[in-house]
Amino acid sequence: MLFTIFATITVAGAVAAMSLRNLVHSVLALTLAFAGLAVVYLQLGAQFIGLAQILVYVGAVAILIVFAILLTRDAEATPKFIVDRSWKSSGAVAIASFGVLAWAIHHSAASRHAVPPQPEATMQQIGNGLMMRFALPLEIIGLLLTAALIGAVTIAIHEKQETR
Amino acid sequence: MVETADQLFVILQHWLVGHAPASLRSILSVLLPVIAILVVFGLLFAITTILERKGLGRIQNRYGPNRTGPFGVLQPIADAIKSLTKEDVVPQAADKIVHFLAPVVLVLAAFSIYAVMPVGRNMVLANLDAGVLYFFAVSSVMELTIFMAGWSSRNKYSLLGAMRAIAQMISYEVPLILASITVIMAAGSMSTVTIVEKQAGFTGILPHWFVFTPWGFAGFILFMIAATAESNRSPFDLPEGESEIIAGYYIEYSGFKFALFFLGEYLGMFAISGLGITLFLGGWSAPLSFLTWLPSYLWFFAKLLAMIVVFIWIRGTLPRMRTDQLMNFAWKFMLPMTLLNLVTAGVWRFLPGGLLRWLVCSFLVVVPYVLLGRGLMQGWKLEKRVYRFAE
Amino acid sequence: MTSLASCLLLSALLFSIGLAGALIRRNAILVLIGIELMLNAANLNFIAFWRYGPNPEALTGMMFVIFSIGVAAAEAAVGLALIISLYRYIKTADIDEVNSMRG
Repeated sequence: MLFTIFATITVAGAVAAMSLRNLVHSVLALTLAFAGLAVVYLQLGAQFIGLAQILVYVGAVAILIVFAILLTRDAEATPKFIVDRSWKSSGAVAIASFGVLAWAIHHSAASRHAVPPQPEATMQQIGNGLMMRFALPLEIIGLLLTAALIGAVTIAIHEKQETR
Repeated sequence: MVETADQLFVILQHWLVGHAPASLRSILSVLLPVIAILVVFGLLFAITTILERKGLGRIQNRYGPNRTGPFGVLQPIADAIKSLTKEDVVPQAADKIVHFLAPVVLVLAAFSIYAVMPVGRNMVLANLDAGVLYFFAVSSVMELTIFMAGWSSRNKYSLLGAMRAIAQMISYEVPLILASITVIMAAGSMSTVTIVEKQAGFTGILPHWFVFTPWGFAGFILFMIAATAESNRSPFDLPEGESEIIAGYYIEYSGFKFALFFLGEYLGMFAISGLGITLFLGGWSAPLSFLTWLPSYLWFFAKLLAMIVVFIWIRGTLPRMRTDQLMNFAWKFMLPMTLLNLVTAGVWRFLPGGLLRWLVCSFLVVVPYVLLGRGLMQGWKLEKRVYRFAE
Repeated sequence: MTSLASCLLLSALLFSIGLAGALIRRNAILVLIGIELMLNAANLNFIAFWRYGPNPEALTGMMFVIFSIGVAAAEAAVGLALIISLYRYIKTADIDEVNSMRG
């Protein structure tokens, strides 16, 4: 029951994010979708992931997008709903992909297994996993984030002589 | 007797839930703490407004409110009536829905932070395994509401204020989280309840609070600086600098919505002080071993009031920073210091106890502080200021 | 109702919405939002399979989502930096206008 409510909120937020005219409204709808998804994670027993989802997506990514929108808007032009010229075929591709996925889910054997008991995922276990078995991926992610940080600053930095 | 006084509210809750019809019990056991949080922190907000106005008045050599009731103590009631009866003006060009949602979401997020705050022994609404993470996750929602308020008002001052607020909050969130991680490392848990319990013991008469370690002391100071910036209070009140951008992101809010913003801001301040108390000052535990007979929740609220007084004191005595100073301070001082503090906490954990550990860790905290401070202050000319008055 | 199939269905729906948005809308930021939605759909699948699949104690699905969130944050930062610097040169965030390399 609760799952249905939050799934509906998530989907509604996603649809609104992709269809609203105003970009800032899109981002606010997107945060709604992210938050709904975080609640779904919490319901599935992934407490850490749900909270990290809110922290990273609502607290960081959404704000990043908002900054980008305010930095790239065309001086107070009325936001137009511009779609791609090939929107019919693009929409057909999206609908077809959903159809295939839904068909696969409906016919797969995996979804007919009995529901196992709630697995344990304490912070202790996640920490141990990150530090022992998944230590190398963690280091690589750290390296990647550092590279992304430096790269983003280098790309976006405002160089005076280049704008002339 | 002591036990009963300590657990008074827990017993009361069990009694009330036990006497309710069976169908309502599960709802009531959640609803009662929620109501208690709403009432207690709402009242604390009222007390803080009068305390702040009186305290600032005292610091600035004036009386402060003194007309409503004896010594002006009924001022919060007058303020509440005023804000409720004032006209709610919404600008013509404003984005009506977002403009309305911003204060509502802000207050909801601010109140939901208290779910993981242990205000006394066994007095916490939800003992989450990732309590500290929950705190930071919910407080990051508050940043978004500030943007919503500033953007939807369609006012350049409010947009400027919101951008300043977000830039500041994101910059200071990094040292805030890094300063908290030292405690999570030391306690080996992210649950606020476990963190408090780890600090509950005593050596002699002194408690095992994390603030009484070199890394804990440095961490607490760094945490409090970042917390002041995070709650947009002076000297970090650029987002609402009255002399520059009028009132920042809530310039277009009036009446009850303005009161909601005020409430949300103060609730954020209480919450972050509460987190500081939980992480570094032992939560609800007594400061000296012979004082444990006082109920735990009294200790928590005494510490909270002390923190609020410190915040008011800082606000009354420090001037506002400039934006470049603010950013330089966050990235060139706070960030390296918190990172080094993290190392210090690790060293503390793996050195054997005793004097050596104290010496090494104090060295690790003090030397970078001095070097960094010297480095950053190079090129500053500090001399007696010459005042030139208008002729 | 919370079962593997409904989680997967939600994830498929999110993926398709993100795909449709990324293909149809022409604003670069909206394309990025669509990509973020698709990444989130994949994350939901990982969590759902961790919850309902065998060997949940290995936490593999969860770890993958942690790393995926990290990669998504990096991707958003670099992507938005690219959009901003692109905007500085051609004064638009409309990706169909970015055709100066067309032969």
